[in-house]
Amino acid sequence: MLTTAERRRGIGAGLTVLAAVILFVGTAVVTLLAWDGDQSASRLFSAYTWSILRFTLLQAALSTLLSVVFAIPVALALARRPRFVGRAWILRLMALPMGLPALVGALGLLGVWGRQGILNGWLTTAGLEQPVSVYGLSGILLAHTFFNIPLAVRLLLAVLERLPAEYWLLSASLGMKPVSIFRFVEWPALARIVPGVAGLIFMLCATSFTLVLVLGGGPAATTLEVAIYQALRFDFDPPRAIALAFLQIAVTAAVIGLIALLPAATDTVRTAGRKVLRLDGRSAASRLWDGLIIAIAVIFVASPLLSVLIAGLRADLWKLISGPRFIQAATTSLVIAVTAAVIAVSASLAIITARQAIRDRRDPVLAARLLSASLAGTSSLVLVVPPIILGTGWFLVLRQFGNVAAFAPYLVAFINAMMALPFAVRVLEPALNDHRHQTARLAAALGIAGPAKWRLIDLPILTRPILTALSFAMALSLGDLGAVALFGSSDLVTLPWLVYSTLSSYRTNDADGLALILGMICLALTILGTSGDKEHENA
Amino acid sequence: MRDGIVLDKVALNLGTADFDFDCHIEAGVITAIAGSSGAGKSTLLNLIAGFERPQSGRIFIAGTEQTASHPSERPVSVVFQDHNLFAHLDIFTNVALGISPSMRLSSQDRDRVENALSRVSLAGFGKRMPGSLSGGEKQRAAFARALLRNKPVLLLDEPFASLDADLRLQMSALILDLHTETANTVVMITHDREEIARIADRILHVEKGQIATDEAKADYLSRFAAPVSPLSGTV
Repeated sequence: MLTTAERRRGIGAGLTVLAAVILFVGTAVVTLLAWDGDQSASRLFSAYTWSILRFTLLQAALSTLLSVVFAIPVALALARRPRFVGRAWILRLMALPMGLPALVGALGLLGVWGRQGILNGWLTTAGLEQPVSVYGLSGILLAHTFFNIPLAVRLLLAVLERLPAEYWLLSASLGMKPVSIFRFVEWPALARIVPGVAGLIFMLCATSFTLVLVLGGGPAATTLEVAIYQALRFDFDPPRAIALAFLQIAVTAAVIGLIALLPAATDTVRTAGRKVLRLDGRSAASRLWDGLIIAIAVIFVASPLLSVLIAGLRADLWKLISGPRFIQAATTSLVIAVTAAVIAVSASLAIITARQAIRDRRDPVLAARLLSASLAGTSSLVLVVPPIILGTGWFLVLRQFGNVAAFAPYLVAFINAMMALPFAVRVLEPALNDHRHQTARLAAALGIAGPAKWRLIDLPILTRPILTALSFAMALSLGDLGAVALFGSSDLVTLPWLVYSTLSSYRTNDADGLALILGMICLALTILGTSGDKEHENA
Repeated sequence: MRDGIVLDKVALNLGTADFDFDCHIEAGVITAIAGSSGAGKSTLLNLIAGFERPQSGRIFIAGTEQTASHPSERPVSVVFQDHNLFAHLDIFTNVALGISPSMRLSSQDRDRVENALSRVSLAGFGKRMPGSLSGGEKQRAAFARALLRNKPVLLLDEPFASLDADLRLQMSALILDLHTETANTVVMITHDREEIARIADRILHVEKGQIATDEAKADYLSRFAAPVSPLSGTV
């Protein structure tokens, strides 16, 4: 359907992105490989390294277990009650942690579960002494479940809502009791995607940086990412950082490999036009259980958010935003976020267009098929080589050229762009493929090509997904502390770095105010990206 | 109260649409429900099946009031157009759920399931998954379950709409066979006049949420017997 020139342009752009990404990631990895290999190898087998690995896997496994086990009854309760006042707001609430910077979430959790937190305050009043510790393993588990229960609820609920409406009518007609409905309808549907959801959450927790940095720390509660950061930033011990980096790559590669082997989510689609009628769960006991479980989930997710809001409003916000440090941080964050978002979205468009151009050939040669597969893998490369590893590799490269700080803003922008790439591709690819499926034949038949096609056919439809991808990428970059943690200094201050350094200097009130501002900006961008998206609302 | 199905001044409001049904569906006959899209055919079937509860009026099935009873307590079996089988359960389990929703089956029950599958020409299909069956085979499995439940009323919500012409003929023959065998009351939504001609005894025509006509097949079909005018396009 594409002209030869269009196909060449598409493949050429894809090749350029592929080369740039391989160069960027490859340079970091090769530098790590080449750096003092003997010392790093000896560190790899030290007791310290293995204890860090053990803790990384343990906290990720426990976080995953808690998140999934609690998300299942919440998703079942929400699916059982497709219509009640406030349901849409609960679903929106479940989307908020996804757009919230980890650092802001951590501050919210400190406000609820911390030593001076609301919950611990109540429990202390009730006679218990420090019943919940927000630091160490329990704090990390609390934080990971706060961020991942909503994610798991939305993914599991989407599967339940995609089940054909007839299933619920049949269950009612056949007289199936709640246990039978769970056994024969709900669980088989959930069981297909629970391993995938668990794999995703495990991956997020195994590579979690900010939450462990704020709530963990110390040799007993440190993950690989934080240990790499500490090795470089505090001890300046590159061989240790490199040994830990390779362990991290091995863990992420193994988890991604396992996730790829898991069965995909069900492709069952809802019967067109038939309204979902749930006749089960009408007993008083069932209503009470569902109400209770939904209320617990809402309180668990909403209380840290409210805590951020209340604590932030207590700060002198005007003084904070008019201060030179804030203006410097906000400007730097904005420039980095816009740059990262534009790079990520442009690279995503090039990757997707190149893959479409390759598919456009009736019988693509082996090289073309390999290129298409490589382009698909490119967008996920950052999942295998996390930002902290990219930062470590590039830190070692740039040290040879003198002042690393001079390159730091560009590096942070590129690393943020790499982080956003898989998300941008995920938002844009279905939209571009659908659009192409619907318009390519007609456009070709009418002879519309080149700039005219872009202006008349593509842009009106693709503006929305492109803006969505841009806003997601910006929110990710604005809230990220991982890349900037290695390079942050008095010259390079971003908003998350400012919040973190303010918190580290025990100016808690100011940190709360800054966290509120950062959280509001990121949430506004996420809400902007998902506004009008019915699928998200329903999921 | 008469046998069959009685909807006595049944009223229901579903947001933008009002439905008022007052009719009697004879026992032991095959009644087709016809009408344009959105007229209220499925709502009528949902009221009989118990998927919707009326705001006023009463529903009687086989002489017993069922207005407030749960779908599983009503003497009815339902076959939909699609998704009659749980895609992740094998055919045996899908059919056996008709006897025991908790799958506690005696050896006698298992024999009954196998017999029902044989009756609809699906012997040996028990271990197969719905995804490996053709559209006609899936519908036959749904009929096997309905047969096994042995309810006096069979409700069919456009059961052949997704099948090709040959399969429709086969399925019509199957329904007629089962009807002859069990003498049950069959209520079937259909848009297809040929299907009505083949198997229905009476036709309820639904329009704007009400029963517009209730007539015998011969009367209904006679209205369509006149040739179409090439100029006016009217019947």
